[in-house]
Amino acid sequence: MTRPAGRGSGPRRIDPQAVVQALAAPLLAIVAALAITSLVIGATGKDPFHAFQVMLDFGSKSDSQIWIVNKAIPYYLSAVAVAVGFRMNLFNIGVDGQYRIAAFAAAVVGGAVSLPGFLALPLVLLTAMVVGAVWAGIAGVLRTTRGVSEVITTIMLNSIAGSLIGYFLQEGRLAEKEGNLFHTPYLPEATRFFTLPTDPDPIYGTILIALVIGVAYWFVLGRTRFGFDLRAVGRSESAATASGVSVRRMIVTSMVLSGAVAGLVGMPTLLNESFNYGTDFPAGIGFTGIAIALLGRNHPIGMALGALLWGFLERTGTQLEFEGYAQEIVGVMQGVIVLCVVIAYEVVRRYGLRRQQREVGAELAASPGAGGEKAEVSA
Amino acid sequence: MRRVTKLAAAACATAALALTTTACGESSTESAAEGDKGVGLAFDVGGKDDHSFNQAANRGMLKATKELDLGNKTLTASNDETEATREQRLTQLAEAGYNPVVGVGFAYGKSINKVAKDFPDTTFAVVDAESNADNVSGLLFSEQEASYLAGVAAAKKTKTKKVGFIGGVNNALIQKFEAGFVQGVEETDSKIKLTSQYLYPTNIKGFNDPKAAKDKAKGMLDQDIDVIYSAAGQSGTGAIEEISKKKGAWAIGVDSDQYEQPGLEKYRDSILTSAVKNVDIAVYELIKSVDEGKPLHGTQNFTLKEDGVSLATSGGFIDDVQDDVSAAKKKIVNGDIKVRTSP
Repeated sequence: MTRPAGRGSGPRRIDPQAVVQALAAPLLAIVAALAITSLVIGATGKDPFHAFQVMLDFGSKSDSQIWIVNKAIPYYLSAVAVAVGFRMNLFNIGVDGQYRIAAFAAAVVGGAVSLPGFLALPLVLLTAMVVGAVWAGIAGVLRTTRGVSEVITTIMLNSIAGSLIGYFLQEGRLAEKEGNLFHTPYLPEATRFFTLPTDPDPIYGTILIALVIGVAYWFVLGRTRFGFDLRAVGRSESAATASGVSVRRMIVTSMVLSGAVAGLVGMPTLLNESFNYGTDFPAGIGFTGIAIALLGRNHPIGMALGALLWGFLERTGTQLEFEGYAQEIVGVMQGVIVLCVVIAYEVVRRYGLRRQQREVGAELAASPGAGGEKAEVSA
Repeated sequence: MRRVTKLAAAACATAALALTTTACGESSTESAAEGDKGVGLAFDVGGKDDHSFNQAANRGMLKATKELDLGNKTLTASNDETEATREQRLTQLAEAGYNPVVGVGFAYGKSINKVAKDFPDTTFAVVDAESNADNVSGLLFSEQEASYLAGVAAAKKTKTKKVGFIGGVNNALIQKFEAGFVQGVEETDSKIKLTSQYLYPTNIKGFNDPKAAKDKAKGMLDQDIDVIYSAAGQSGTGAIEEISKKKGAWAIGVDSDQYEQPGLEKYRDSILTSAVKNVDIAVYELIKSVDEGKPLHGTQNFTLKEDGVSLATSGGFIDDVQDDVSAAKKKIVNGDIKVRTSP
C-alpha cells in the first residue's frame, strides 16, 4: 500500500503515520518477546536479566560472532527457499527433505569424481540444486495435475527422502563405515569450498552462496516480470489468470525454484565442514527455515537478520545451560519471538486498516459539504 | 574469465576485511577460567533421566565424584543439533576447567577428538566412539554380546514363537544390538519368527521419541509377538509401557538394568531382563584414572569377559533359563561363539 506511493511520488508524500506503523510492528514484537521470555525465566525461579546479560556478553565474543555467522548461512538459504513458496501462497514444508536428499546426492557425486576444483564445485552445487528442484517439483506437479495439497505431499516426501537416504547410507551401498557412523566417501581436497581467513576461526566461504541467493531472490521476485506474476498468483489466483498468467506453470516453477534453493541448504555443511554426508548430517534446518522466513517477513534482509538472531540464540543457549538455566529456555524464546512477530504485524496491520477506514469515512462524510462549496464556486 | 576472478577476489577480500573487523573484542577462550573443577559430562539426547544409556553414565560419574570428592557439571544435547554445537559444548566444559571432559554417545566421536587438540592438558573421553588423539579415551562396548544373551533368553521365553527387535536409529551402533540379538535367537531356536524394526532411518530423534516406540511396540504386539527387545535409549520406555499393558508379553530393556529404574517401577513386572552396558563402570574407571594422575587413553574395549556388558537377572524372570544363558555366555567368553557386529 505505502510502497507505490512512496516510490512514485518522492519523499514528500511519505505518510508519517505509515513510518510509525512500519516501526511499530518490530518494536512491539521485540518488547512483547522480551517481556514474555522474562516471565518464563522468572517462572523457573531464575533471574531473567542476568540471563540476557550472559547472552549479550557471550554472544558478542569474537569466536561467538564467527560461530553465529557460520551457523546462519544454511538457515538463511533455508529461509529463502521457504520464502519463495510463501510469496506465492505455497507452503513448502518439504525443504527439510529436499536439502537432505540434495546434499546426499551431491556428496555421493562429489566423493566419486576427482576433477579440478573449478569443475568439481559447480558440479556438486548443480547436482544439489537439480536434485532439490526435482524433489520439490514432484509436489508441484502433483498439485497442478491431481490437485493434491503441497503441504501433504512435501511432508510425505520428507519422510521418503529420509528413508531413501537411510537405505543407501549403509556399508556396501553408497556409504563407508567409520566407528559407529556411516558416511559417504570424503570429498577430495579440490572439491572443498574455501574459507575466509578471519580471526580466531575462519568464516565459511559458502557465505558467498547465501549472498548471491539473497540478491537473486530480491531481484527476481521484486524486479522482474516473472516475480510480479509469481506474487500476483500469490495474492489472487483468479485475478492472475484473468490477466493472462498461467497459474499451473507458476506453481510448478516456483516449487522447482524453491527446491533448487533448498538444495543449497546442505552445502555450507558439506563443502566447509563435514566433507561427507553421514548419519550425523544435520537434519531439521528446513523447519528452522520456516520460522526464519516468518520472522524475516520474507524480506531478503529481514531473513538475514532472522538467521543471525537464530544463530545468536543457539550460541548463547548453550551458555545459558552452562549457567544453570533450563536448556529449553532458548527453544521457548525462539517460539515466542516468531509468535510475537506474526501477531505484532497482524495487530499493526489491522490497526492501520481501521485507521484508513476511519479516514475514508471521515472524508466521505465531509464530501457533501465540500461538493456543495465547490458547486457554489464554479457556479 | 580474468575479470570474473578479479571481481571474485575483490569481493572476497572486501568480505574478509569486513568480517575481520566485525569479529572484534576478545574471544571467549581468552576470558576463560582456570582451575580444576571436576568432571564435565556432556550427555547425548535424552539426558540424564533417560532410564537408559545417559543415566548409566551419570550414575558412574556421581559415584566417582562422591567417592573422590570432585565437582561436576552436566550439559545435555538437543535434537537436530549440529557438529558446531557439540564442539561448543565440549569446549565450554574444557575451558571452564573441567577435567576429564566426557562425551556420552558416539555423536561426540568427531567433536571430542577435534576439541581435544585445543586442550592438550585435559583428558577427554567418549563413550561408543574411538580415540584419535593422545588425550582422548574411547570407551567401546561389545553390545552384540549382551544382546546375544538377550536373544537366548527371548527365544527360551517366547510362547508364540515370535520375537521382535526395535532399534532407535538404523545406524552402525544399533545394528550391533540387532545383529547380536538376531544371532542369539536363531542359534537357540531356528524356528522362531523374528521381526526387526527401526524407529528412524537416520534421525537421532529415534533415541528421544517414546511415542514412536510405543506405536511400534503396539504393532508388534498386535502381530502376536510376545518378547520385544528395544535398543532405543529413552524411546525404549514407550515400548516398555505399551508392552506392560498386555498380559504375558515381555519387554527386554537396554543399557541400564531397567527393572531397577525407579521411573519404570510401574512396568517392572513386564521387564524380562536387560542387556546391560556398564557405561557407569567405564565412566567411573576413567574418572578415577584421571584423579590418580594416570589417565586412561586410547581405545578401551569393555566386553562380556570383563563384565563390561552383561545380562541383568533382577526380578528373577529368567531364572528358569539361566542355564542356557550361562552356557552361551561361557561360549562367547572363550571364543566358541563369535557374535556378529552387523546384521
